[in-house]
Amino acid sequence: MVPTAYYILLSAALFAIGVLGVLVRRNAMVVFMSVELMLNAANLALVTFARERLSVDGQVLVFFVITVAAAEVAVGLALLVAIFRTKRTADVDEVSTLRG
Amino acid sequence: MDLALFLIAGAVALIGAVAMLMARNAVHSALFLLLNFAAIAVLFLLLQSPFLFAIQLTVYAGAIMVLFLFVVMLLGAEQVEDTPDRIAWQRPLGLLLGLALLAVAVIAGLRTGTTPLPGGEAVATFGNPASLGALLFTRYMLPFQITGVILLIAVIGVVVLNQRGRQSAESGQATGD
Repeated sequence: MVPTAYYILLSAALFAIGVLGVLVRRNAMVVFMSVELMLNAANLALVTFARERLSVDGQVLVFFVITVAAAEVAVGLALLVAIFRTKRTADVDEVSTLRG
Repeated sequence: MDLALFLIAGAVALIGAVAMLMARNAVHSALFLLLNFAAIAVLFLLLQSPFLFAIQLTVYAGAIMVLFLFVVMLLGAEQVEDTPDRIAWQRPLGLLLGLALLAVAVIAGLRTGTTPLPGGEAVATFGNPASLGALLFTRYMLPFQITGVILLIAVIGVVVLNQRGRQSAESGQATGD
C-alpha cells in the first residue's frame, strides 16, 4: 500500500500551487479556479486520513465540502458576471473601488 | 500496483495544477483544472472512496467545470493580463510566500510518518456508499440539513444578483434612449 505521507505531500503541493495561483494570477476566473484547487487538495488530505483511520467521518466531511463548494462557485460566478457587467473587466487589479 | 497508479495519478494531478497556473488563456486553465480533478478522482478510488469518486466526477468535473467554462466563454474574459502588474514586487513576493507555505506543509506532511495504510478485513467493508449514507442521516443529520439551506440560499443569491444586474442594464438602456 502507498504510505499516508505520499498522499499528504501531494495534497500539500496541490494546495501550495493553489495559493500561488491566488497570489500571482490576476484573472478573476483563474483566481477562482485556484480556490477550487485548494479545496480539492484539502479533500484529498481528508480522504487520506479517513482511509488511514478507517473512519467514514472524513468522507462525510468531504461530501459537505463538495456541496458547499458547489454553492460557493454558483454565487461567486454570479458575482463575477455582475462585476463584469459594470466594470467590463475580469482583472482583479481593476476592481478597486467599493462603489457599485 | 497501487504505488504505480498513485504515481501516475499524482503526476497527472500535479501537471494539471501547474499547467492551470501557467496557462495564459482562462479556457485552457479550466481544462487543465478538469484534468486535475479527474486525477484526484482516481486517487479517491485508490483510497477506497467509490462514492466520492462518483461525486467528484459528476459535481466537480461535470457541473462546476461546465459552469466555469460557460462563464469564461460568456464574459469573453480569456485573456486579461496583458498589462504589467501595478505593484512590481507582487509576483516575486507571491512566489516566495507560496514556496514558504509549501515548505511548511511538506514538513508537516512528513511528520505524519511513512507507515503504510492499514489493510486486513476491516478494509473490505470500508468506504462503501451505504455506510457513508447511514452516517450522513444519523450523526450528521443537522449539518446535512444546513447544507440544504446553504444550497437554497445560493440559488436565491444567484437569482437576486442576476435580477439586479438585468434591472440596472434595462434602466441604463431606458435612460440611454
